[in-house]
Amino acid sequence: MIYREAGQYWLQAVLIPFLIYSMAAIGLNLLTGYAGQLSLGTGGFMAVGGYAAFKLTTAFPWLNIVVVFALAGVIAALVGLVFGVPSLRIKGFYLAVATLAAQFFLIWLFNKVAWFTNYASSGTITAPPRTVAGVMVTGPLATAGARYVAALGLVMLGALVAKNLVRGRIGRSWMAIRDRDIAAEIIGVRPLRTKLLAFGISSFYCGVAGAEYVFLYLGSAETLAFDIGLSFLVLFMVIIGGLGSILGSFLGAAFIVLVPIFLTNVPHMLHLPLPVALQKQIELMVFGGLIIFFLIVEPHGLARLWQIAKEKLRLWPFPH
Amino acid sequence: MTEILYGVFVGPFRDMAGSPAFLVEVLLGGVATGLMYSLVALGFVLIFKASGVFNFAQGVMVLFAALTLVGLMERGVPVAVALVMTMAVMVGLAFLIERVVLRPLVNQEAIILFMATIGLNFFLEGFGEMVWGANVKKLDVGIPDRSFIVAGVQINQLEMSAAATAAVLVAILAVFFQRTRIGRALRAVADDHEAALSIGIPLKTIWLIVWSVAGLVAIVAGIMWGAKSGVQFSLSLVALKALPVLILGGFTSVPGAIVGGLIVGVGEKLGEVYWGPLVGGAIENWFAYVIALVFLLFRPQGLFGERIIERV
Repeated sequence: MIYREAGQYWLQAVLIPFLIYSMAAIGLNLLTGYAGQLSLGTGGFMAVGGYAAFKLTTAFPWLNIVVVFALAGVIAALVGLVFGVPSLRIKGFYLAVATLAAQFFLIWLFNKVAWFTNYASSGTITAPPRTVAGVMVTGPLATAGARYVAALGLVMLGALVAKNLVRGRIGRSWMAIRDRDIAAEIIGVRPLRTKLLAFGISSFYCGVAGAEYVFLYLGSAETLAFDIGLSFLVLFMVIIGGLGSILGSFLGAAFIVLVPIFLTNVPHMLHLPLPVALQKQIELMVFGGLIIFFLIVEPHGLARLWQIAKEKLRLWPFPH
Repeated sequence: MTEILYGVFVGPFRDMAGSPAFLVEVLLGGVATGLMYSLVALGFVLIFKASGVFNFAQGVMVLFAALTLVGLMERGVPVAVALVMTMAVMVGLAFLIERVVLRPLVNQEAIILFMATIGLNFFLEGFGEMVWGANVKKLDVGIPDRSFIVAGVQINQLEMSAAATAAVLVAILAVFFQRTRIGRALRAVADDHEAALSIGIPLKTIWLIVWSVAGLVAIVAGIMWGAKSGVQFSLSLVALKALPVLILGGFTSVPGAIVGGLIVGVGEKLGEVYWGPLVGGAIENWFAYVIALVFLLFRPQGLFGERIIERV
């Protein structure tokens, strides 16, 4: 019984958020790590996904929830395309400001227009119960295990597609734009199409992650869940995990999910209870410090460290 | 449909013409807020001009300065002493940032440095709150927050003092940049790091000076914002508002920061008061960004920025 409880805790507090953040981090990594377009609007695009999924599944209850997630991703992608248009004229931190506009405008929109929440007086959206192949995956009755499997399946599929995208023509044109955009343009990479594609596909991933965030993790959410803090959190995952690495997105997400849990439990084990506020502040300092540390010591993040470790291990003790 | 068109294109202007005194009040409020944005934006511009670093942490530096000042005053330190101590803390901070963050990242891409300052932002936020506490504090530097009426227009004394302070600060900075030896060295570094180094300008010292000056500007901004709305976490969000200001004014122009601040301040106040009710209000949060975004599409380098020329 205790074992079961502990398992539930791990699924709900660690593994499910880890998988969902990984999805969002893959999305942002495609845009920022591969195509080199810095975005601070991840939270806004995730909100689009979450609210779109809510509207779709309440309007068409018979629609399979997986299809709903995909459609929510498509809607987020369209919104991403709109906010990606300025990237044709501007870049770097100018673009970051443009994506901030997306973040603040979208959150304001979902707050103000009651239609998005189906006129709920509380302003929250709640995941209705939906099944996939006879198993309840969303809603209050869905077990953590079922939601975990759903999130796992989606992120595996997403990672597989992303990995193949970045190896192919599209990914190479993204990297060309990232490394030297004018040179890329001269050798025939079309900046308009390439950048917009990056925005669209990235927002698709963020949108699906946003839908999962509401449906598989939180259960119900308001706009506060998608505020600018979430955007930064996902950006941190990408930087710590490794810019331009799909594996890095997973490592970064795991890291960011585990640090707060670590900070909660370690003082507890050492019988040094920390006040909650202090814990939060230390968490901020640790995140901030690690960002600087990683940028200085290993700009390619945990993914590169993993690679180095693998090479070292191949020399000793596992030569082949 | 006609109702919407009326609401957007006719109604607000009729309201403005209907009560000019109120319009002047709104404008003055906008100017005052705008100058406060400018104060934050100035810190950004100084650092960007001299080191090409886009310092995302400027807003938290404002918060940190205000927190330090208030924290010292709460412990019974007299205002003048607390101010000097805060200045010392900010210079010390500048020294640490140069040593720990900037020096190891020399020659990295601008975007990497930008992300490093985001890290700095979070670190300082956690650190400041850990040292001084996270509760909202009242900052009282002796400027009364009262209003008086001139020719039927309500004027807030605090806002006017802030405006005057901003004006004085800009004047001092202009003289500093144009007339002093260090100012000339700063401009040289801004133009070309390597050329400046080759004629013997010490880059590290210059960076230290710039970050210190930005820290001092942060103190002024922190005092003004703190006196207006209390010292609290939301101060650091003001920094985000300074971003559209920078875009409008151009990243390298001190006058641009002022004009940009005014445009954003007045623009968002007018928008909120006259057009806000049409869409349910609270548009102040994003209106500035949209102004900046539209502006960017037509003039990517800002009003006063240097023309962006790219070479492969």
